[in-house]
Amino acid sequence: MRLYLKFLSVHVKSALTYRASFLLSCLGQLLVTVNTFLGVKFLLDRFGVIAGYTLPQLALCFGVILAATSLAECFARGLDAFASVLSEARFDRILVRPRGLLFQLLCEEMKLTMAPRLLQAALLLGWAVSAGAVRWTAAKAAVLALMILCGAGVFFGLFLINAALCFFTLEGLEVMNIFTDGPREYGKYPFGLYGKGVLWILTLLVPLALVQYWPLQYLLDRGPGWYGLLPLLSLLFLLPCAGAWRLGVRHYRSTGS
Amino acid sequence: MKQYTSFFRMRLLAGLQYRTAALAGMSTQLVWGTMEILLYRAFWLSDPGRFPMGMEALAAYIWLQQAFLAFFAMWYWEQDLVEAVKSGAVAYELTRPTDLYGMWMARSLALRLSRAALRAGPILLVGALAPAPYGLRLRIAPPVFLAFLCSMALMLAVVCAYTLLIYALSFYLTDANGVMVVSVAAADLLGGGVVPLPFLPDGLRQLAQLSPFGAMQSIPLRIFGGDIPPEAIPAAMGLQLFWAVVLIAAGTLLTRGGLRRAVILGG
Repeated sequence: MRLYLKFLSVHVKSALTYRASFLLSCLGQLLVTVNTFLGVKFLLDRFGVIAGYTLPQLALCFGVILAATSLAECFARGLDAFASVLSEARFDRILVRPRGLLFQLLCEEMKLTMAPRLLQAALLLGWAVSAGAVRWTAAKAAVLALMILCGAGVFFGLFLINAALCFFTLEGLEVMNIFTDGPREYGKYPFGLYGKGVLWILTLLVPLALVQYWPLQYLLDRGPGWYGLLPLLSLLFLLPCAGAWRLGVRHYRSTGS
Repeated sequence: MKQYTSFFRMRLLAGLQYRTAALAGMSTQLVWGTMEILLYRAFWLSDPGRFPMGMEALAAYIWLQQAFLAFFAMWYWEQDLVEAVKSGAVAYELTRPTDLYGMWMARSLALRLSRAALRAGPILLVGALAPAPYGLRLRIAPPVFLAFLCSMALMLAVVCAYTLLIYALSFYLTDANGVMVVSVAAADLLGGGVVPLPFLPDGLRQLAQLSPFGAMQSIPLRIFGGDIPPEAIPAAMGLQLFWAVVLIAAGTLLTRGGLRRAVILGG
């Protein structure tokens, strides 16, 4: 852990060295989120309410997904960019060092431009709370934290699968964007809005609804209390992800010359 | 002119090589389009009266938008052009007996056309097969279809002219990245990428429609779906033509001025 913090501080320093370009990429990230939220707001201003959700409640939903993806993208950047690690044969170097493989990968790259997005997520959640999206209890606050943390866990698992697939394809698989970038974009609305089919895929196959739609029902007093514990169940998704990663590592035969 | 067309052909063929990337992009856009349609469907079913355009028109808008994403995606910057200006490598271009702006234009057009050519077909097919009113309606009057094609061409001109204007600006700015970042966001919001322009609130909508971004994807996609009635088509295309001319003129002037100002050192 000490080593990880050391790497974190190195990354912060290197990002701040190129201040202008760092700030610009932050700005880019901020504007994307602002646009997405404006899209939700314009539609809600027109319709007032959608499937019983008000704007603050949607903001809560969007805030959770935004926070979860920002956390995952920031810390699992090394997995997201794994294709380049492989093609530049940097993975060979990682294999010979006496530390965990994943640990090294996570240390090697961090995407700190995610920090302002995390701030935005906090602002969204803060606004949603003050606008009275939910009648709060201590249990509900805990569930909200659980949604964000387990959500980050599921996204981490997706990045891990993405990296594992790179062992077989040796190039980035853009198709995985459907499950990584996609949910960030369409997770601005509760997944139930997209119909039963989508909801079940995202419940059983890629358990993103377990960290968003189902516990949200509990937060909004529309579902039983045990819905609030479903985010924990979503962590089971990490098992097949880890399996895929192991399989990939075993399959690996250098790409160097 | 010949050198532009052959350069264009060369870039087009080069762009057609990236087939795996196209396959990936295509499947992403298929999912994306489906999700968008499902989302608007929820709104439409909840209160069709508040929907500012017909569901069929909206479905056509989304399928075409996903199919021709490469035409108006503002984030397809050609960073190497900007880098060339920054590093001074643009000097090589000056030794060629061609106009820099023309070459850039040929290159941008080729990039967008090649990317769209590889992706559009299957998405259009899926769109056409989707059940009514969520599919791409094919019954369209020939004159309207012709107007749609012309409007697509004008849109492509406006988009390329806009990006070229930004490349030209990089002669004057030390870092054009800021302008690019803001352009991407503005084009997304004011161009009808976030939500189609009819969904924007009053005031902002009028502003967006008159801006150069409003002359991009919004007009042809709405013509196809019938959201812009036939009698309003000439005015809409006039606006596109206006922005195409203005942006091309501004870009040409800035490029010339930039080249005259540019001091390139080195032996």
